[in-house]
Amino acid sequence: MTARTSTLCVALAALLAASPALADDNSVTIGMILPMTGPSASTGKQEKAGAELYLQQHGDTVAGKTIVLAVKDDTGAADVTKRLAQDLVANDHAAALMGFGLTPLALAAAPIATEAKVPEIVTAAATASITEKSPFIVRTSFTLPQASAPMAQWALNNGVKKVVTIVTDYGPGVDAEKWFGETFEKGGGTIVERIRAPLKNPDFAPFLQRVADDKPDAVFVFVPSGFGSVFMKQFVERGLDKAGVKLIGTGDVTDDDQLADIGDAALGAVTAHHYSAAHDSPENKAFVAAFEKANAGMRPNFMAVAAYDGMDLVYRALEKTKGDASGPALLAAMKGMSWTSPRGPVSIDPETRDIVQNIYVRKVEKTDGALYNVEFATIPDVKDPYKAGKH
Amino acid sequence: MSGASSAVARRIEAHLARRRRWRAIEIVFWLAALGTILAFPSRAALINEIVIAGLFALSLDLILGLAGIVSLGQAAFLGVGAYAAAILASKDLGDPTLGLAVGALAAGALGFVTAPLLLRGADLARLMVTLGVSLMLGELANRSAWLTGGADGLNFSMSPVLGLFPIGFTGQRNAALYSFVVLFVLFALARRLRQSPFGLALAAIRENRLRAGALGIATGWRIVAIYTVSAAYAGAAGALLAQTTQIVSLDLFDFHRSADGLLMLIIGGAGYLYGGIIGAAMFIVLRDVISAATPEYWEFWIGLLLVALVLVGRERLRDIVLSRAALVWPKAAGRGAA
Repeated sequence: MTARTSTLCVALAALLAASPALADDNSVTIGMILPMTGPSASTGKQEKAGAELYLQQHGDTVAGKTIVLAVKDDTGAADVTKRLAQDLVANDHAAALMGFGLTPLALAAAPIATEAKVPEIVTAAATASITEKSPFIVRTSFTLPQASAPMAQWALNNGVKKVVTIVTDYGPGVDAEKWFGETFEKGGGTIVERIRAPLKNPDFAPFLQRVADDKPDAVFVFVPSGFGSVFMKQFVERGLDKAGVKLIGTGDVTDDDQLADIGDAALGAVTAHHYSAAHDSPENKAFVAAFEKANAGMRPNFMAVAAYDGMDLVYRALEKTKGDASGPALLAAMKGMSWTSPRGPVSIDPETRDIVQNIYVRKVEKTDGALYNVEFATIPDVKDPYKAGKH
Repeated sequence: MSGASSAVARRIEAHLARRRRWRAIEIVFWLAALGTILAFPSRAALINEIVIAGLFALSLDLILGLAGIVSLGQAAFLGVGAYAAAILASKDLGDPTLGLAVGALAAGALGFVTAPLLLRGADLARLMVTLGVSLMLGELANRSAWLTGGADGLNFSMSPVLGLFPIGFTGQRNAALYSFVVLFVLFALARRLRQSPFGLALAAIRENRLRAGALGIATGWRIVAIYTVSAAYAGAAGALLAQTTQIVSLDLFDFHRSADGLLMLIIGGAGYLYGGIIGAAMFIVLRDVISAATPEYWEFWIGLLLVALVLVGRERLRDIVLSRAALVWPKAAGRGAA
């Protein structure tokens, strides 16, 4: 113990007192909690860029209110997410919380959303059950059942009879496995083997060997955003593509953010997802062009578009409430909202608060020298089948 | 002959008694810490995080600072303590104080069981062993999803402390005070431990284990004992973290938790017990301020600060502060480092 300690205490106290500048009456703070560092940093980067692009395009004023976007890094740790959510609600008087890179992070904030009556807009985490954890959770990303069930339907219609599924062993992966498997078996297909790979160990080689031994028609895969390139490379290294095993999955594995890194190994992979940077619509062309201009060297992926739409949802809700930023009013305005997103027509299901959107079946192709998920079939207005089954 | 040795014993006893006394500056430190919680209710959640991280860094100081044992796996005990408290709470079993005790005991038991692994081999082997234990436990928690919630984590609600003080979203200051009281009690215990004959024996082991053994100190048992205590401290930190945030997830076992704890301890200085707490406060407040300004690149600035700290040397920084302090408050500065 030295005098240094007391000097430090004074300095710390000053920092503590100085930290959050309180927003004035006319401003509406949106607290965006994302993993900006750590293994899921790519998600955070895309989400932040998407939200900031929206602000840049639409200005920070809506319905007479000034929007303040406060981005916080939770490093992917649930207890930090929770603390940041508490801070944002209690100190910054955030009118809405947004972001949440992984399922446990979205769940961590749920009790705060409920208790403080603040909408929690999930723009990333995709386990189906998340929206049930608080009546204040709204989602603009997607759910795994939403993408997996249509994928199974497509496989059935295209002569695929035997499938091995490989998913990452956590909430979303289990969802993907369950909904692909059930839909596929109900339609007369056979799941030869269900493989779950640990989340922390992104080495798929031993699992892919098992796939090779099973000799299926196709392998269905889900890996979290950011893990796709490892999987695809090992898939080709094992020679599974040459053995005639089709690669199908949810769009996470051919993530737009990583497609260039994966390279030609990805060619021919068929996936079902809600967004591709190659989606053919004027809204998307404008979105992609603006995004690439604002973020040199980056291509927007489904995370970016979900954050962009999250901001859009807040703006539209504020317009509808004429600037009333209280939680219940915003939530009521968000329920049933429908608009045209870069990904196509979307709406918020008033009953489940989850997003209703088109699911596209895409194939990785080379257009203009770059790899893209090129959409070739559309399943319109897909509700999350997990919750639809309950109602 | 016996007169001379008893005179030496008396002198040693007097010396120890003197060291046991709380200095004015220490009392000021704890009052200031308490005052901070009371003065900034809106920052209670952040302060709570600091207090818990401080306790975690203190647990590292017990092994690194007192006994010279390096570990990269302290997160194992943080995780075990947190999950024990969380599972108890999710089954609606008892008061937070019970969960705290169970968390600390569970982690302590694990520390006791794994401590013999540390007795063989040198620093590098210890780093690997401790790291390996935390990796194994993380995977175990992942596999036991029926109990731990697996990768989705475990959400639960907490009953009020002693049935009186709610520590949820509406009781953030209570939570910070609860953690603070626990930190203080455990700190006082650790302080007493450091100045006991046991603490002196540890210091001998730290300086030269071979020689300490030759002096008749049972080095193996002492290492097992301090490692167990340290594990229990980390478990208590984990239990507090679980109870005050009411969520646990697998990242509790992550390597970065151990590394951050070590960082905090190094920033604050190992060996005098306050280092971990001061380091935790500096690390977390700086992270909060810098990451609010630049959420992507805050790690760069923390890294830069660390490099600067090591290059300039903490001693020189302290000398600068002390020489300044001596101008305004000669007496306090004169007392020097504990």
